[in-house]
Amino acid sequence: MSELMPLLEMRNITKRFPGVLANDNVSFDVLPGEVHTLLGENGAGKSTLMKILFGLYLPDEGEILLRGAPTQISSPISAIEQRVGMVHQHFMLVPTLTVAENVALGLSSNRGIRTDLDTVSKRIMDISEHYGLAVDPGVEIWKMSVGERQRVEIIKALYRDAELLVLDEPTAVLTPQEVDDLFVILRKMTSQGTGIVFISHKLHEVLELSDRITVLRNGRVSGATTPAETNRQQLAEMMVGREVKLAPDKPALDRGKVRLQLNNVHVLGDRDTMAVNGVDLAVHAGEIVGIAGISGNGQRELAETIAGLRPAEAGSSVSIDGVDISRANPAQTRRAGLSYVAEERMKDGAVGEFDISENLLLINHGEKRFIRGGLFNFDAIKQHCQRLVENFNVKTPSLSTPISSLSGGNIQKVIMARELDSDPKVVLAAQPTRGVDIGAAEYIHSQLIEQRTRGCAILMISEDLDEILGLADRIAVMFEGQVVTIIDRPEATKEQLGLAMTGAL
Amino acid sequence: MKRLLGASVPLGAALLAFVLGSIMILALGENPISGASAIFEGAFGTGDRFAVTAVRATPLLLVGIGITIAFRASVINIGGEGQIIAGALLSTIVALLVPDTPRIILIPLVMVAGMIGGGIWGAIPGALKAYASVNEILSTVMLNIVAVQLMNFLLRGPMIDPIEKNGSRIPQTERLSDNAAMPTLVDGTRLHLGVVIAALAAVAVYIILWRTPLGFRLRAVGHNPDAARAAGISVERNITLAMAMSGALSGLAGVMLVFGSESLRLVTDGGAAGFTGSAGFNGIVAALFGGLHPLWTIPSSFLFGALLTGATQLQRALQIPAALAVALNGLIVLFVVSSDRLRGWLDGRLNQGAFDNETAELRESRNNSTDQQSEAADPHNATP
Repeated sequence: MSELMPLLEMRNITKRFPGVLANDNVSFDVLPGEVHTLLGENGAGKSTLMKILFGLYLPDEGEILLRGAPTQISSPISAIEQRVGMVHQHFMLVPTLTVAENVALGLSSNRGIRTDLDTVSKRIMDISEHYGLAVDPGVEIWKMSVGERQRVEIIKALYRDAELLVLDEPTAVLTPQEVDDLFVILRKMTSQGTGIVFISHKLHEVLELSDRITVLRNGRVSGATTPAETNRQQLAEMMVGREVKLAPDKPALDRGKVRLQLNNVHVLGDRDTMAVNGVDLAVHAGEIVGIAGISGNGQRELAETIAGLRPAEAGSSVSIDGVDISRANPAQTRRAGLSYVAEERMKDGAVGEFDISENLLLINHGEKRFIRGGLFNFDAIKQHCQRLVENFNVKTPSLSTPISSLSGGNIQKVIMARELDSDPKVVLAAQPTRGVDIGAAEYIHSQLIEQRTRGCAILMISEDLDEILGLADRIAVMFEGQVVTIIDRPEATKEQLGLAMTGAL
Repeated sequence: MKRLLGASVPLGAALLAFVLGSIMILALGENPISGASAIFEGAFGTGDRFAVTAVRATPLLLVGIGITIAFRASVINIGGEGQIIAGALLSTIVALLVPDTPRIILIPLVMVAGMIGGGIWGAIPGALKAYASVNEILSTVMLNIVAVQLMNFLLRGPMIDPIEKNGSRIPQTERLSDNAAMPTLVDGTRLHLGVVIAALAAVAVYIILWRTPLGFRLRAVGHNPDAARAAGISVERNITLAMAMSGALSGLAGVMLVFGSESLRLVTDGGAAGFTGSAGFNGIVAALFGGLHPLWTIPSSFLFGALLTGATQLQRALQIPAALAVALNGLIVLFVVSSDRLRGWLDGRLNQGAFDNETAELRESRNNSTDQQSEAADPHNATP
């Protein structure tokens, strides 16, 4: 053993669910003052392992040692008592209560039934100052940004004296600047001896923050390494278990005529303020234009307008191959040649209760080839869906599997298969790989590139700068409802884009 | 496993309701077994009673499959009563206007008129919901009241039987043309063509919902209007359409109540139930008990028809109020609706064996890598 006693040791953990081995002989440990990253695709067993640590599941085999002593963690309460803290991906906060009230929830008070909020506030201030969290205990949660709410979650754990903090995909909801702030806080915590388990699949963040990295695949440890010894490519391959292309091959193409033309587009947002404020943009055949920007700067409203889901203001013009669609409904925009991959796939992209073939037919179920004598021709439908599922590499037990039981990546592949099969003129893809594992993302990117080669115009909206830099030919940055700059890919740098995204350029 | 579960839930609910019903009969000082046998005797005892049961079930079935269409499109149609009345009124008007048309034309004609009447009465709240976000539960219930008053006005004034006009002023039409009467299928019983038409309509609704693009759109809109809209399906049009179809089937039920009746006239006691016998509400019960599936609604309607017919015998033989049947209806609804939640919960337990969907995701992703454990979950319903 090294000179330091590990804070946490999980030895040979095995957890079975009916039909699956979620964790297979997994060992994992955290030293005081280090960030140990747990990396893996959806379903690799990360969450199961952490739920075992937090007392939500009991392991079938294996043992857990905290500070060198074997222990039982039978419930989250017992985890907290043993100074294990967890920041969940979805925050567990009551929006109408203040920070202090949220922290006090579940604490016993020395004032009997009255909560001793003054003492709580005082300690929150101390902790906040100590770690540079900058949280005011008197503010209601609903008034706070996502980044601030996350810091409240961290305070909740620290208030309960957590020595070991688990952060489940903490950066998924943050802007690049907020991520930087979070990392500063986390480093401060490790310098004080706190051990941190960091769960993420964003490889550059993992490399930046971690002291050690353990990769899980199919419930087993597939690799353990340190940032100094590895790189993104290697990590990705450890996660997926085969060779992957992080930067997709993109054939050089001369761009063709303008296919999607936006002129002076104004769109009202949900709060009756101008969400899109005069956007001019042209997307040519054979090019991918990426729209970068921090979420909430009008990208969603712009996408919904192009798709015919949200009306544009008078004077706006949107056209595909010269056909005006600024006042079209979704059926008309599709007829004009648009394919739309919506940002929220389970809300706008798929019908959760429908099976895979029904979801594949959502936009073209009325076509003659699927109908015989007024009724569905299930032979033709099956053939069509079988072909799409095979072409797009959708992993599913059958065509009649409800789509909601597939993983995010496979759901997205079903949606892409449906949207790209119609030989679109323009593809509008919003966050095409958000929450999708590396293998599926790689495939989705290759399909977008294939459409580009085919002469399609692609407008891709993404908050993932790596995705934009990897795929786009030109990058338009949106800030406060306007395109503040358009940069050709070869000239673009991350720093420059980051500045433009905050309106500083 | 899942299929077994699906059938056991409504049966269990019915069983529980009958247990409670037995307790109620006991409380009234009678033997539940003789009560049950009276209901059975009353519903199925003779060929004629069997026919009456089938005839009582007919409007329930038509309303029930209409309700099924609306509910599948996520529209809660409580307006069966009003739609029955609207269909009955329009078909009666047609029969009064052209009484001498040959049977072969007049029967289809009154049926179409009834469907148009009910369809309009359904399309109004449908369109209000689709285009103006008016809550359909409120608007359909209110339109029930409007329909009753419209019927009262017409039957007391313009449409009243000329004999009654100067007589006792009973609100009813004259006896309608025999050419419009539903043909009897078995001589000496009341079994008429409407029974067959309703069963065929149930099959047709099943085919429409699961075998045609129209039904596909209705279900897509019902499950996820956002995704349907983004895919180019008009949510507004399909909601209106679902309500129009739903109303049309209730309107057809109204036709059966008028042209399948022995008196062959439209008659009211001033309230809705006086004419409809609450078929507009009992049809909802039948549809829910049938799991909102048009084919299961056939036996389900028959069961409730039997309960209604049998209750009459219960009153006759044991002096137990026929209202007991209404109470049983209510109990079954309560149990079916609450057991739906139970079923969802049980489903979750059986499928996953854990308290979130993580294992399902795990299992599925393992399938991807190994392609071994491919036990596809049974699809919930009939799907392509």
